[in-house]
Amino acid sequence: MSELEKKKTEFEARIREFVGLPEGPPYLCPDAVNEAMIRHWCDAMGDQNPAYLDADAAAETVHGGLVAPPTMLQSWEMRGYPMHDATRLLPQNNQRKLHAAFDEAGYTGVVATDTEQEYARYLRPGDRITAETTIESISEEKATALGIGYFIVTRSVFSDEQGEEVGNLSFRVLKFKPAQEAQAAQESAAAPAKPTRIRSPYGHDNGWWWEACQEGRLLIQKCSGCGELRHPPRPMCGSCQSTEWDSIEASGRGSVYSFTVLHYPPIPGYDFPCPVGLIDLEEGTRICANIAGVEPEDIHIGMKVECMFDDVDEGLKLPFFYMVE
Amino acid sequence: MSNSLSERAAIVGIGATEFSKASGRSELQLALEAAKAAIDDAGLEPADVDGMVTFTMESSEEIAVARGLGIPKLTHFSRVHFGGGAACGTVQQAAMAVATGVSKAVICYRGFNERSGRRFGAGRQGRTPDIPAALPTDWYAPFGLVTPAAWVAMFARRYMHEYGATSEDFGRVAVADRRHAATNPKAWFYDRPISLEDHQKSRWIVEPLHLLDCCQESDGAVALLVTSSERARDLRQPPAIIRASAQGSSFEQEMMTSYYRDDISGLDEMGLVGDQLWEMSGLRPDDIRTAVIYDHFTPFVLTQLEELGFCKRGEARHFIADGRIELDGELPLNTHGGQLGEAYIHGMNGIAEGVRQVRGSAVNQVDAVENVLVTAGTGVPTSGLILGRA
Repeated sequence: MSELEKKKTEFEARIREFVGLPEGPPYLCPDAVNEAMIRHWCDAMGDQNPAYLDADAAAETVHGGLVAPPTMLQSWEMRGYPMHDATRLLPQNNQRKLHAAFDEAGYTGVVATDTEQEYARYLRPGDRITAETTIESISEEKATALGIGYFIVTRSVFSDEQGEEVGNLSFRVLKFKPAQEAQAAQESAAAPAKPTRIRSPYGHDNGWWWEACQEGRLLIQKCSGCGELRHPPRPMCGSCQSTEWDSIEASGRGSVYSFTVLHYPPIPGYDFPCPVGLIDLEEGTRICANIAGVEPEDIHIGMKVECMFDDVDEGLKLPFFYMVE
Repeated sequence: MSNSLSERAAIVGIGATEFSKASGRSELQLALEAAKAAIDDAGLEPADVDGMVTFTMESSEEIAVARGLGIPKLTHFSRVHFGGGAACGTVQQAAMAVATGVSKAVICYRGFNERSGRRFGAGRQGRTPDIPAALPTDWYAPFGLVTPAAWVAMFARRYMHEYGATSEDFGRVAVADRRHAATNPKAWFYDRPISLEDHQKSRWIVEPLHLLDCCQESDGAVALLVTSSERARDLRQPPAIIRASAQGSSFEQEMMTSYYRDDISGLDEMGLVGDQLWEMSGLRPDDIRTAVIYDHFTPFVLTQLEELGFCKRGEARHFIADGRIELDGELPLNTHGGQLGEAYIHGMNGIAEGVRQVRGSAVNQVDAVENVLVTAGTGVPTSGLILGRA
């Protein structure tokens, strides 16, 4: 491992320790929900909904009185100028510490990318809101137009004085090395980001199978109704129409039913020539996967193989079928 | 004629753009030009058209084609799924619409810039398909199977293993197609025949497929005009009566990757299409003098001849030896040059060739053609037609 890779590994280990941590203690929003802030917000947004602005008219609505625009949710906890001045934030603020770690490593840029909000109820003047923010996730390193960086997602849950959730939001920022620095860094040592294999999307019907692969387990779906094994997975048994199913772990032993060797076009992220086989597993199902550990010209139909899981990309293990003597 | 659809409708107009590698115009314009040519060919006006059928993959919407042509009303519009497997299915849809009186004249069309625009052969793009709706499952791309050639290769290898077929057997299909294209001025490979040696020396794409086992990628459009057999008699061209039309999808069907059947040396869905075609038409393979057999990749031409009953399972390599499928043979195939030689227009150019053979106007005309069998895309849920003289 090169020095640069080592540094990156250490850095990633350091930042990932923050995932799951609260930003800090629960934060009691400085002002109760109030008409003045609502009015400023509505002015700024050009929203003239009387339910937010006119107490008499609001009394006639389903709300029975003034309410705050739901999209104001985050504004109640905003901390104004201190957000731009780290020295005025509490030293134990984990998000601040996380950003500082990024800054030290050269990821000095920050840009908010998107937010998603959910509302449990309308807020009314007088509500006193507490926000609890957690560092939810940090992505893999990404190459973006701004520069190389990581997406950090925080989630804030807002609750009222009774402790009932009134809404929550996720907020995503990109911490990045401004492009020029990134380029300089790349020129100095690092190789360009290696293209990765195409991943299967994980859905209801197949995600569990790929997740087991990441644990190095080759599973076969088994109908709980009639016991039939099936691959690829699907939500219903074609023999008995049961939607109940379980899975068994395959021995990984099988034989080559058919195969091909890919030459063209060379798809980035794969090694060419690339042998791919249809493997008849000894349990009776068939699976498509790469064949490894043998020269392409020595692969033949009927060849005995055994499954091993290899790391092909960061966070991606795939089954490979190796020739058995 | 066990099926009421037999002989109820006919193809009365065919139209196409030139076939190229870079059309230099929009896919919509290609579709419009082909549709206009098909209407002209039939001696009709755009206002006579009241139905449209195309592929789900088609980018030009029926209403855009209608607007372009100035068609005032449409009473039937539908699309057929599964790539090239849709080709003959569009004609079946049109025939059903016409036979039931839902529409009077239906345009079937397909046009694309498949070479200068998005190339199917380039494989799936994008590293992380993060929209599950786009592809509910993908059991192949993580392992590198991302192109149609790769999906087909898996079947081809097993077929070779089961029946002793060789790459040269596949190559004979390419040689026949290119021979026919060589005398078709509209074919991309006009005047450029190949030898079996050329085929064998061409580079690997995905073993066991060489470059010359794979059809070309083309820009162009083809349109067909379908109306009732009764009305067809009064129109400009001799009609190509639709004796039979069928679609087929079989057990454990996938799109190009039906790998989980007990035996993958056949194409069950094409067998299903064939059975219906023979039953509906009352014809037998002996009644077919020439055929257009979908040829995106050569191995499936052999498989189709078996599934359609032209020869027994595993015997296609003997059947096609000695030039039987070439112009002076007993069963010339793909007399326009096929998709390897003329153009890859998702099978629609093959239907047009079937019509020309029935009319007697093909550039490589076969003698005494009464009936032509045409198939659509293979490895996918597919379709077929038998067209005949009135």
